Amino acid sequence: MKLKIGFPRALFYYLYFPFWHTFFTELGFEVVCSEPTNKLSLDLGVQETVNDACLPIKIYHGHVAELKDKVDVLFLPRMVSVRKLDSEVFCPKFLGLPDMIRNSIEGLPRIIDDKVDLSKGFYPLWRLSFRIAHKLDRKGWAVAAAFFKANKAQRRFSAYLAQEVPAQEAIYAVIGGENLSKSVEIPKPDVHLAILGYPYLIYDAFINVGLLEKLAQMGIKAWTAEMVPPDRLEAQGKNLPKNLFWHFSNRTMRATFYYLKEHKVDGLVHVTAFGCGPDAMVDKLMELESKAHKRTPFLTLSLDEHTGEAGVLTRIEAFVDMLRLRRKGNEDLVSYHG
Amino acid sequence: MKISFPIMGNSYIAFKQLIRDIGHEPLMAPMPSARTMTLGTMYSPEFACIPFKILMGTYIEAIEKGTDVIISSGGHGPCRAGYYGILHQRIINDLGYNTKVIVFDSVIRTFGDFVKKISWLLDEGKTGWWRFATVFHVVWDKLMALDEIEILSFHIRPYEINKGETSRVYSKCLEMMDQAENRVRIREARDACFQLLHSIPQDKSREPLKIGVIGEIYVLIEPFANLDMQATLGEMGVFTERGTHLSNWTKDNMFMSRHQSRIITAAKPYLRQMIGGHGINSVAETVLYAQRGFDGVIQLAPFSCIPEIVAKGLMPKISRDAGIPVMTIFLDEQMGKAGMQTRLEAFVDLLQQRRQKRLGGAVSW
Repeated sequence: MKLKIGFPRALFYYLYFPFWHTFFTELGFEVVCSEPTNKLSLDLGVQETVNDACLPIKIYHGHVAELKDKVDVLFLPRMVSVRKLDSEVFCPKFLGLPDMIRNSIEGLPRIIDDKVDLSKGFYPLWRLSFRIAHKLDRKGWAVAAAFFKANKAQRRFSAYLAQEVPAQEAIYAVIGGENLSKSVEIPKPDVHLAILGYPYLIYDAFINVGLLEKLAQMGIKAWTAEMVPPDRLEAQGKNLPKNLFWHFSNRTMRATFYYLKEHKVDGLVHVTAFGCGPDAMVDKLMELESKAHKRTPFLTLSLDEHTGEAGVLTRIEAFVDMLRLRRKGNEDLVSYHG
Repeated sequence: MKISFPIMGNSYIAFKQLIRDIGHEPLMAPMPSARTMTLGTMYSPEFACIPFKILMGTYIEAIEKGTDVIISSGGHGPCRAGYYGILHQRIINDLGYNTKVIVFDSVIRTFGDFVKKISWLLDEGKTGWWRFATVFHVVWDKLMALDEIEILSFHIRPYEINKGETSRVYSKCLEMMDQAENRVRIREARDACFQLLHSIPQDKSREPLKIGVIGEIYVLIEPFANLDMQATLGEMGVFTERGTHLSNWTKDNMFMSRHQSRIITAAKPYLRQMIGGHGINSVAETVLYAQRGFDGVIQLAPFSCIPEIVAKGLMPKISRDAGIPVMTIFLDEQMGKAGMQTRLEAFVDLLQQRRQKRLGGAVSW
């Protein structure tokens, strides 16, 4: 029987899963994902996690708790950094995540929690892959072959994202070889909104109560950070005197600049989790920047475990109504700040 | 040029002298008060941590008093404190002031930048590098002495016979230190303070509970942020100790000291990664306090502080393994003195009972 490796469907799943899935599958393991986030993962998460943690971290705990009895090995990489840039790392909660999991959930199977730190040394990802494969008793050419395949899958995934495919669908397309289901074409959207925030909030339809879907129904085109061409995204780094310390925050901030300066949108929506540390900084910066760029309307959507569909919908509707009014030229009637 | 700076515990006495001696006018912002907090909360992001908000308020009050420049410390993450300076500057500009915030990042990682900023300050104050070195030395001595006096006050307070006397003497000591301006005077003042503190009538027969205080540096050091918790505990007859003082923190940050490597080793079973801020210190110090036979540990952290949340997540396990009760207090602008007092009293009561049980032979944890 194949060894089952568990991968929680949360946090970095939405950006890095295709790589690890391909890698492990090619090595002859079975990769098991938790179910898409649902009431159960939320409840389990809230139960297991330290109460001051933010929603995504609680959800991650929930996914782990759900997976722990179904798999032989849990893959919970310690995400430290994915590129060389100043002192950029992931949020401290990501850094301490495997330790938090280990100390709060009982009865865990074997855990592989190698440090993903791609800012140091030569070919760090290559070496990391070999280290992990070694732990699972795989050596030699097979690992190299799996590594190249995994890399290719990850590139295909990025290409899909850039073509405006939603992350979850892109993941299915890459790992399952399925064809892309033609996403519903929106008949000429009249409002363009940049929906910015961390991938695990934007692409998890349970956490954000189906935000992207709702926007599509309302005839709004949603632009995310993943749709920005990578080189244009990086080029925005110069706009800040000092890079932020957190990888996803830097992406969000750069996407903000891109949508304010190069690819103008009607409004910015920042999707954030209640009590998110880095976002306290990012949110204020985004607010100040959109004010500085011709007072682009800006809305903060804060999500927590009590977020209801109606609440989010009302706020989005109000925001969009305001944008439409503003466009009609009734600018004096409307508050600029959302 | 008028220069202001954040207020953190008693360190302002030393920084005031540093700025004056390199040829500028130190502008003391008012000590943090309810107004500081209100101003800070009004203009800060909602989920910024409490140090950010208090600093924001302090800066605005300093600007109202007419400061030209604000000096602060920075960092390289992943704790948010490293980004304070930039966001403070943006908010100050957005409010329509043009006061400059100068942030000093790590000397080692941004050496050129560090030197450039210092030399700009020295040029403006018409002071040379040699003078700066001398002044720095004096100020460093002062900082050390201030910390030593503070530590002694924590040691003496639980034994004092007349409640509140240590705090009175301590504030007198701060005044004396403020007057001392060169190395000889500083040493004299320090010795005098020691004598004053030691001459407080004490009841040495008491056996106070010992509590280790851990957590984020700013809320540990600034009494306004932690509602003067250590003094409150002292007056309840509890001996407290905290691992982080400004002088030893600066030393630890400049070099990898022996203390720091001990911290990493002690934290290893629970946390294998530096997570910024004082997360790893909190974890390790809990273990170390348990080994030293302390009765309990109190963790102080600003609300939404990321590293401390991770540390708190590990605490139940550490507490069980090491056999030491831990209470975590998250501080925010809503915190009231009475609420804090109640929690402290309850915790101390529990520790008291636990100790009696242990002395009686019935060990619980």
